[in-house]
Amino acid sequence: MRPFDYRSPADPAEAVRTVAGDPTAVFLGGGTNLVDHLKLGVVAPRLVVGVAGLLSTEVEELDSGTLRIGAGVSNSELAADPRVRERFPVLSQALLSGASGQLRNMATTGGNPLQRTRCVYFQDVTTPCNKRRPGSGCSALGGWTRNHAILGASEQCVAVHPSDMAVAMTALDAEVRVLGPDGERTVPFGALHRLPGDTPERDTVLGHGELITAIDLPALPIARRSAYRKVRDRASYAFALVSVAAAVEVRDGVITDARIAFGGVAHVPWRARRAEDVLRGSEVSDRRYRAAADAELADARPLDGLDGGNGFKIPLLRRTLAATLRDLVREGAR
Amino acid sequence: MTFLSAPDAIGSDLPRRDGPAKVLGTAVYAYETPADGAAYVHPVQATIARGRITELDTTAAEALDGVAAVLTPATTERLASTDDRELAALQDEEVAFRGQVIALVVADSSETARHAASLVEVAYAQQAHDAELRADRDDLYAPEQVNPTFPTDTAEGDVEAALAAAEVTVQQTYTTAMNHNNPMEPHATTALWDPADGGSLTLWDSTQGVHPTRAALARVFGLDEQRIRVVCPYVGGGFGSKGQPHVNVVLAALAARALPGQPVRLALTRQQMFCLAGYRTPTILRCSLGADRDGTLTALAVDVVEQTSRIKEFAEQTGVPARIMYATANRRTTHRLAALDVPVPSWMRAPGECPGMFGPEVAMDELAERLGMDPIDLRVRNEPEVEPGSGKPFSSRNLVGCLREGAERFGWSRRDPRPGVRRRGAWLVGTGVAASTYPVNRMSQSTAVIRRVGDRYVAEIGAADLGTGTWTTLPQIAADALGVPVSRVEVRIGDTDYPMASVAGGSSGMTTWGSAVVEAARALRERYGNEPPDGAAASGSVGRPDDRYAMHAFGAQFAEAHIHTDTGEVRVPRLLGVFAAGRIINPRTARSQFIGGMTMGLSMALHESSVLDPRSGHVVNHDLAEYHITVNADVSEIEAYWLPEHDPHVNAMGSKGIGEIGIVGTAAAVSNAVWHACGVRVRDLPITLDKVLPALEEG
Amino acid sequence: MHTEITVRVDGAPRRLTVDTRTTLLDALRERLGVTSPKKGCDHGQCGACTVLSGGKRVLSCLTLAVTQDGARVTTAEGLAAEDTAPDERGPVDGDGRSPDDTDRHLHPVQRAFIDRDAFQCGYCTPGQVVSAVGMLREFARGWPSAVTEGGREPRLDHAEIAERMSGNLCRCAAYVNIVPAIQQAAAEAGTEVAG
Repeated sequence: MRPFDYRSPADPAEAVRTVAGDPTAVFLGGGTNLVDHLKLGVVAPRLVVGVAGLLSTEVEELDSGTLRIGAGVSNSELAADPRVRERFPVLSQALLSGASGQLRNMATTGGNPLQRTRCVYFQDVTTPCNKRRPGSGCSALGGWTRNHAILGASEQCVAVHPSDMAVAMTALDAEVRVLGPDGERTVPFGALHRLPGDTPERDTVLGHGELITAIDLPALPIARRSAYRKVRDRASYAFALVSVAAAVEVRDGVITDARIAFGGVAHVPWRARRAEDVLRGSEVSDRRYRAAADAELADARPLDGLDGGNGFKIPLLRRTLAATLRDLVREGAR
Repeated sequence: MTFLSAPDAIGSDLPRRDGPAKVLGTAVYAYETPADGAAYVHPVQATIARGRITELDTTAAEALDGVAAVLTPATTERLASTDDRELAALQDEEVAFRGQVIALVVADSSETARHAASLVEVAYAQQAHDAELRADRDDLYAPEQVNPTFPTDTAEGDVEAALAAAEVTVQQTYTTAMNHNNPMEPHATTALWDPADGGSLTLWDSTQGVHPTRAALARVFGLDEQRIRVVCPYVGGGFGSKGQPHVNVVLAALAARALPGQPVRLALTRQQMFCLAGYRTPTILRCSLGADRDGTLTALAVDVVEQTSRIKEFAEQTGVPARIMYATANRRTTHRLAALDVPVPSWMRAPGECPGMFGPEVAMDELAERLGMDPIDLRVRNEPEVEPGSGKPFSSRNLVGCLREGAERFGWSRRDPRPGVRRRGAWLVGTGVAASTYPVNRMSQSTAVIRRVGDRYVAEIGAADLGTGTWTTLPQIAADALGVPVSRVEVRIGDTDYPMASVAGGSSGMTTWGSAVVEAARALRERYGNEPPDGAAASGSVGRPDDRYAMHAFGAQFAEAHIHTDTGEVRVPRLLGVFAAGRIINPRTARSQFIGGMTMGLSMALHESSVLDPRSGHVVNHDLAEYHITVNADVSEIEAYWLPEHDPHVNAMGSKGIGEIGIVGTAAAVSNAVWHACGVRVRDLPITLDKVLPALEEG
Repeated sequence: MHTEITVRVDGAPRRLTVDTRTTLLDALRERLGVTSPKKGCDHGQCGACTVLSGGKRVLSCLTLAVTQDGARVTTAEGLAAEDTAPDERGPVDGDGRSPDDTDRHLHPVQRAFIDRDAFQCGYCTPGQVVSAVGMLREFARGWPSAVTEGGREPRLDHAEIAERMSGNLCRCAAYVNIVPAIQQAAAEAGTEVAG
């Protein structure tokens, strides 16, 4: 780890100015991913700016019914918030399916979406990686691809986004409030992350020095019947092979509305709009759920690789979506 | 021995003596040894799998404030012995595997040492490497013997003819994955070279054997053993990886000798452990079974292919358990190795038995399926009268008892043998069984001294407690051997200042050290009677085993597997093991060893796989986020029981080792249960959901 | 680059100068000689380094020491003093003879770990017991876990404890003893425990 200077500014505005003024500077929130990367040499800032104490730790209900979640709210606190549990169970479940109790106590609402891929080649600085060192090549191609993308990948990068929370936020049409050197702006959560394309080094649309200050969750009645299903290689404390965030509205045996997002399958938390389109107006049936998955997976590209590659994710995701919807519909019927 | 017939302390359910220190965290592990002004060591590792270092520039590293030394092949002292190439650190420019240590930084803080290590610039002349294990390689070879000294191949009768004539056969290939021991405490050493009087080296090292480590270091450095002291009161787990010294302890000693008078600390990072601390070789087992319609085995062959490293041979004895498990007239076992450009494999909990009971015990289940026979009955049918091969009588063999008792406790009689027909909610449910075995090993050397101190007795022996309970169980043995309450006995272990003790390996600890303690007690009583004067002492050593008998522990493992009908997720909510392992010294610590072994077996069955990328020769999932071991949520019910087994032949205590048998057979029981649940035979470990998903898609 | 910080460790204020790179774990172990929290992975993947900071369980290996100026940090060594009134502290269990620490006071969770043999090698154990104490506080606040049925109040059954303790790896695999140990300690403290 290269030596760095540490500063703890007085307020978010000063933090933003400080980071914006040094191209190597980084924000430090909960530290659960940054400190990891400092040790591995994935990042080597000259300046670390602590923001943990500067950001709101409140979940505030606005007049519009929107829940405004301060960027400093821990993943644990957010998952336990009674309003979130009642109105957005998918979000509470997604948070609780991630990491461990200790990590959830540290990780913040603002930091969680910005965590970086757990691609083993990205994390190992002795192997080529276009995301870590643009132009050096992608070691995952032809390597161990079990945890890699089947949707939206490029020749340059096949990594996936590891966050569970972000999958739920994407499905819920959350909005990200950002403070930058040029002032405040709002980014739809679904537009925060970007596909790798030819610039996999950029995970999000945020510019240097931009700081997430809050995430807004607009009132969304459909979300009361929502769930997060995470499939992984052990029962807990593992990243997703695939995950599904889903919310449905059912009337008289017909799905009138749906929100679907997938995790573990793309460089971004993947909003499954094609699947939603298929579901809207469909009767509730496993066949339709699978058709919805197939619509979304039409462009899926499995990867070859050690231990058989990741082609299993296609049937797995189809089946997981169907199971999640089946359970949600059944639960609602009770 | 009198206490054999009337033990008092032995068999008592005593809590661990080191319990308070461990729950508080005040038990001192190697890296934590108090040492003023310690320096910190960080290794630099090769990023190629084969070749030669052409340039090693340490300028930037040495320029860092706080760096005390950078050791390279050019600047490191020449070792006295480089015969063991794993331990011949920094002696030349050759690179034999990716991750090999090629330089060493010593600095005044761990941060600076690590940073400086990253600044060492290396250029290589890279050579093509070969790191892919396949059974069809044309360069497989037969080692001279397999670990530790078993014959490489055995053959009785005519297996091929018997298979050709058999009414029913099973011939399948099974594989176990590359596994890493991953004790929670990384391999660590605090080292001090005191230059006074010709020099002496003290190593506070995390090791399963202070004396074997001392002997290895004495050889490597050409030092008289009396000039080396190795201290290790606590080991944060080893599972074999701290059984033989690895290069880390040599590196710590090199750094200490480069900075005379200054203590140095070296702990491998978790990632480095995947290159430098040994591992279980992946194995490919070709298993062939032939049987009559009534289930009598007519042929049994296990042909093993596995890997070793090009610089040091380790030949895991994977075929060995098949030599003694079942009776048959025609039997063959073989071992072939591929010597690859990979890190050096070594011991991992039950080397040989653990992978070697996976293939055959699944094959037995497959045979039972074909025969339409209960898998327990099939095993009972083939129970040998004497040890196959040697023809020796078993000192005790209670496999059948374990199977019967386990079946009773597990509820086996209610089992419907058909696969894939039980559903509970969203889960398919199945059950499976497999047998376990592990030999009773006794090391040839160990000595204990018992001394009267006030109204107490102090037993000293350089033994180890890796969580196995030695701090607690050795006093129980000593107390019964002395005929005094256990509260009057204290033991001192984990230091070469105490009498020589063998490695805590091969489940030999209690048999070996316990026997020495018994002998010391006997000598003390013989010389001084029942009330020795204060300070009176006597020593005793382990004797030779009674080689008229074949000595093994046996067990039966039962598993319940659940397969999620949608996702294929595999869960094992219940494991039950019954073991016949002689007299149990302490039921509390014994149960922990059994359930610990079974849980690690579950971990092997469902999770563990070190993914070696043949393009780089590198284990790419080299941390605990991606190398999955079981977590708490993977486990719900794990029960371990034992039969009251009286074996007067194994040793004075009547005990057999129990540290390893718990892991043997677990993975096979799980695989058999998975088949019973969903109809898929998973012959390649680990059993991940992608292996059962295709069948669910079809179903 | 160095900074001076003051951290209250197990009740005692400790003033020290740290490299900005130093983690809380390394500050405790390598600067202050507080070696109760262990380093198992150094990357937040094993839980051996768990401490309470401000009363919450966190991973000290992923916490930069420089961010802990003024923090109240509790390790397994200081748990009893932090969490228990003096008259509730029990004596050391067993036959009273351990290699060291024979007369140290233990937290009820620690006593239960000894009673249930919820460890072997002991290396993950300080992290386990601190995590258990933090976890029970979270439970007392009504926090749900991934296995809590939707909308319901969690019950302290095996599945809940196992899930909540899954951030603490134990390679000796004492898991099936750890869960009952935690249930025992919780029951002693008056928490309703489900089977």
